[in-house]
Amino acid sequence: MSTPAAHASRPPPAWYRPGTLADALAARAEWGRDLVAMAGCTDLMVGWNAGARRVPSVLDLSALAELRTIEPGPDAVTIGATMSCAGIAAHPVIAARLPMLAASARQTGSVAIQNRATLGGNIMNASPAADNPPVLLAYGARLTLASVRGARTIGYDAFHAGYKRTLAEADELLVSITIPFPPPGAIGYYRKVGTRRAQAISKIALAALVETSGAADGAVVRGARFGFASAGPVPLPAPALSRALHGMPLASIDAGRVAQALAADLSPMDDIRSTAAYRRSVAVNLVLAALQSARREVAQAAYTG
Amino acid sequence: MRAQAPAAPGPALSFTLNGRNLSSADGSIGAPTMRLLDLLRLHAGQTGTKEGCGEGECGACAVLVDGELVNSCLVPVGQLHGCNVTSIEGLPRDDPLLSAFARAGAAQCGICTPGMVLAARALLERSAQPSLDEVREGLAGNLCRCTGYARIYTAVLDAAAAGASPGTQAGGAPGLPE
Repeated sequence: MSTPAAHASRPPPAWYRPGTLADALAARAEWGRDLVAMAGCTDLMVGWNAGARRVPSVLDLSALAELRTIEPGPDAVTIGATMSCAGIAAHPVIAARLPMLAASARQTGSVAIQNRATLGGNIMNASPAADNPPVLLAYGARLTLASVRGARTIGYDAFHAGYKRTLAEADELLVSITIPFPPPGAIGYYRKVGTRRAQAISKIALAALVETSGAADGAVVRGARFGFASAGPVPLPAPALSRALHGMPLASIDAGRVAQALAADLSPMDDIRSTAAYRRSVAVNLVLAALQSARREVAQAAYTG
Repeated sequence: MRAQAPAAPGPALSFTLNGRNLSSADGSIGAPTMRLLDLLRLHAGQTGTKEGCGEGECGACAVLVDGELVNSCLVPVGQLHGCNVTSIEGLPRDDPLLSAFARAGAAQCGICTPGMVLAARALLERSAQPSLDEVREGLAGNLCRCTGYARIYTAVLDAAAAGASPGTQAGGAPGLPE
């Protein structure tokens, strides 16, 4: 896919609020990132207020009703990019079938933030500490990007190319996020660790989705997918950990094995919120807690038959 | 395909603030990138809304947009076309939350109070009889450095017990332990 030459023939408007996706994509084609796409504004406006950057020219996506949707299908839910976290947390199908997403949406700041913040913004803002991306990684979400050239769908696990860089081209907009329902019996775990229990930016967060087979004591990992926040320059899947755990009896997985795999997956750093050493050790603990919770659920399922 | 976008600046913009119509046509709304907070305080004379952090962390600037709680420091007015904005000045004088806050001693310095009352109003619209946990979660984005929160929670539960819609008389709900 080639990047279009964004030689704008006229300067971008200071504020453009299209009423249709087609108009938004046309503006994107003409001005690219010279127009900053905004929806809930809950992170970008913090920058304006701090006076760190001049106020940019804005492509305001908040009038696009076609992006503010939740469409449950037989195998997956498709969420429009500008659906709010409050709308996601309150949706009955998401609460029932994708409970980790309901939980992460509900932990994205306060009520006032959740009412405005959008799932698409949380992805495109590309913060490594964002609250919803770990869950999207664990569930195996796919993103649909659109431009005047057409639409394409890509796996979310490949989307973040580097700190604040993504695979989205300058003329593309994220239009929707499709999240497959986990298979029956898959066990989810989501935990955000911050300075306080609520409304703190993560020191580290983990979402895990674990599939097992076999009875309580001998349950074996059939598949495990992870998503970490604040454990590297981007939201991180943990493919080495997934490989290391595949086929292992749940009861036999110890901290050493998890730590060894995570050494390849994570690249945490020291910053104002935490240290690399703390993040590495809590990452291991969170994975062990996720596996412990899977063991409990398997045992409970065996008990209740 | 070329953009239909006008390369000219100001889009036509109008919305309602506390029942009054504001419009870019008559100059009562400035640039679309202006924070709603600044429009309220600097241009519309509605200084009940306070600026605390300016980063969406403290809730002092919270107002209602179409009944939903938002932090006005993070809302550009360009997104408000056709909306209904309510700041603390737009709350009916007989809203039971106001008397409940006064009765419970839920305000001290008062900076958080307008946002706190509107967060409580939004909560009671979603959940007329909230549990203490729901009250705590509903107000969790509103920081208070004076009260320690207990009297605020008492006030909200008290207003809820009184059937907290404007026009009803607040009654005595069991308060929290001091």
